[in-house]
Amino acid sequence: MKKIILALTTSAAVLGFAAAASAQDKTKICFIYVGSKTDGGWTQAHDIGRQALQDHFGDKIETPFLENVPEGPDAERAIERMARSGCALVFTTSFGFMDATIKVAEKFPDVKFEHATGFKSAANVATYNARFYEGRYIQGVIAAKLSQKGLAGYIASFPIPEVVMGINSFVHGAQSVNPDFKVKVIWANTWFDPGKEADAAKALVDQGVDILTQHTDTTAPMQVAAERGIKAFGQASDMIKAGPETQLTAIVDTWGAYYIKRTQAVLDGTWKSEQMWDGLKDGILTMAPYTNMPDDVKKLAEETEAKIRSGELHPFTGPIKKQDGSDWLADGAVSDDGTLLGMNFYIAGVDDQLPK
Amino acid sequence: MRIELERRANPSLLFSVLSPFLALTLTVFAGGIMFALLGKDPVSALYSFFIEPLLDIWSLHEIAIKAAPLILIGAGLSVCYRSNNWNIGAEGQFIAGAIAGAIVPVVFHDWHSSLVLPLMLIFGMIGGALYAAIPAFLKAQMNTNEILTSLMLVYIAQLFLDWLVRGPWRSPDAYNFPVTRDFAPEAILPELISSGRANLGFVFAIVAAVGLWIMMRYTLKGFEITVLGQSERAGRFAGFSSKRMIWFSMLLSGAFAGLAGISEVSGVIGKLQPIISPGYGFTAIIVAFLGRLNPLGIIAAGLFLALTYVGGEAVQLTLGVSDKVTRVFQGLLLFFVLSCDTLIQYRIRLVFSRFGQTSEGGAH
Repeated sequence: MKKIILALTTSAAVLGFAAAASAQDKTKICFIYVGSKTDGGWTQAHDIGRQALQDHFGDKIETPFLENVPEGPDAERAIERMARSGCALVFTTSFGFMDATIKVAEKFPDVKFEHATGFKSAANVATYNARFYEGRYIQGVIAAKLSQKGLAGYIASFPIPEVVMGINSFVHGAQSVNPDFKVKVIWANTWFDPGKEADAAKALVDQGVDILTQHTDTTAPMQVAAERGIKAFGQASDMIKAGPETQLTAIVDTWGAYYIKRTQAVLDGTWKSEQMWDGLKDGILTMAPYTNMPDDVKKLAEETEAKIRSGELHPFTGPIKKQDGSDWLADGAVSDDGTLLGMNFYIAGVDDQLPK
Repeated sequence: MRIELERRANPSLLFSVLSPFLALTLTVFAGGIMFALLGKDPVSALYSFFIEPLLDIWSLHEIAIKAAPLILIGAGLSVCYRSNNWNIGAEGQFIAGAIAGAIVPVVFHDWHSSLVLPLMLIFGMIGGALYAAIPAFLKAQMNTNEILTSLMLVYIAQLFLDWLVRGPWRSPDAYNFPVTRDFAPEAILPELISSGRANLGFVFAIVAAVGLWIMMRYTLKGFEITVLGQSERAGRFAGFSSKRMIWFSMLLSGAFAGLAGISEVSGVIGKLQPIISPGYGFTAIIVAFLGRLNPLGIIAAGLFLALTYVGGEAVQLTLGVSDKVTRVFQGLLLFFVLSCDTLIQYRIRLVFSRFGQTSEGGAH
């Protein structure tokens, strides 16, 4: 028995060494995913970006990735493994990887890191994010036009500023059409859990909402909406396949161009730590085709999108009152980015208590 | 035709010693076939799964980190299982220990002292033991099935932790994420050596396992555990109390699981969060049996299981296979361990008699 094991390990060692030697001089651009790369949402959008990156540079680069990495101690190990395996640039694509990314980056000053949606950076840690709230505003406009009851359901993940900002933008967009519009929120407390997301969707439909939107990663809510015969918005990826007669539009994250740009910078030796926060006009997010709605609503949505693109309309333009009735933005005033990035209050019209 | 298992008159001693190694080899071969079916070179896949992680100081540290809770919990469980007490709830005791230990750095976060860490560890052990005391009490006093009660308590512990970190213990400065505040530096279990992240938890695991081995082998208590486990009646004649043994074994395994819990939280995570264990309490059951309920064997088994976690991640990166491969390997391993053990104790007999056929037909 021992001889067999010995023989097996020796032959394995020889072969493994040969395999390792062949894949050198390509630049490694690595990715860490919080979910499955086929989740139909957030992670899939990153993986499509990764594939676009691979296609763009072809043989010059490799793009290994780790999927389903939990946010916690395993994330630190996974990121360190990437740094050790010779990655030149590591994209950590979930908010919860923030502390782990910073920790590993301290140990590997020569490796570049890019963390999605976080607020901590370093000389070798850049952050990147998209102004998703621009797309949420358009969704709000559509929802207010289509909802019979003036009530939408919102499946939220964690009560962090990023998500609160999205809810507020959605409500504000809806109120630009129907000032009495309300939204009900359920906190799923997860980014990626089809079961919980579906339960939240069912609960919202049972409470009488007739339009659903989500800030979680999978297509489960879209499927529930399709079963119950109401309309819904897709998130992160075009979810039209999950609801051909259900999806109104989706906020589609298009990370590919950014991944290509940053990889080029690494290859050129010009990479610098930056805090990227682009929007619709830069193409970092796009709206999936406006479907399953009357032409006038579609036209209004397209006009709203064009106005945001051109800069004519900022989704957070006053007058806006906070949920407690106090004034936030005066008539015509526009919110600064700092307030948005630290947003921890609801605006009027949100039918929920922000978890404290 | 039907298949029967028939007890062997003389099970081979040689093979019962070899059984875990046999199971391991079969697992590796089956894993090789799996990689081949996935279209990967099985030899290089197995190399990066099982060998490569052993060649790097860094990944040895990572293996030690993963192995520590498995060994600690598995060793405690071995005492339980040997004495015929089936504690399946180590996962819950792990969480209870983590919560109890975290009281010091979370609730009394303004108190800075070198006593913080020792107190945390003691609280962790007490927390785990108290949580195991529930099924122990139910079994000793009311003759309840401890498999059910201890398992059910796992879910209660998980949900209680979830509630704590989303509610009363949520950090004021984590942007509303469901985590407690970060532990202060004096509440962090120190790392062993500077070459990696492995912490004192691994030392606890080894010391505990060796200590239990000595107890089982050289003390009266060890003898008592074995006797009561094999024959309660014989134990009673020897003056041993099976009730007291229920308490002893459950509290001991609970305390070990609790220590593993607080060590993991303090040494690796640095705070409480909704999920603190990838199922250590359940994987430790595999570890206990793979180690043949012998604490020294459990050290080896724990290290091996840890290798499957770390190696699974390595093949995911080098070969691009799914992260589910790790789970498949662990499942294969348990399957082969159990089937090897079964086939050493029993032989398979095919029964062709007409009686067998008709009785089976009647049962449908």
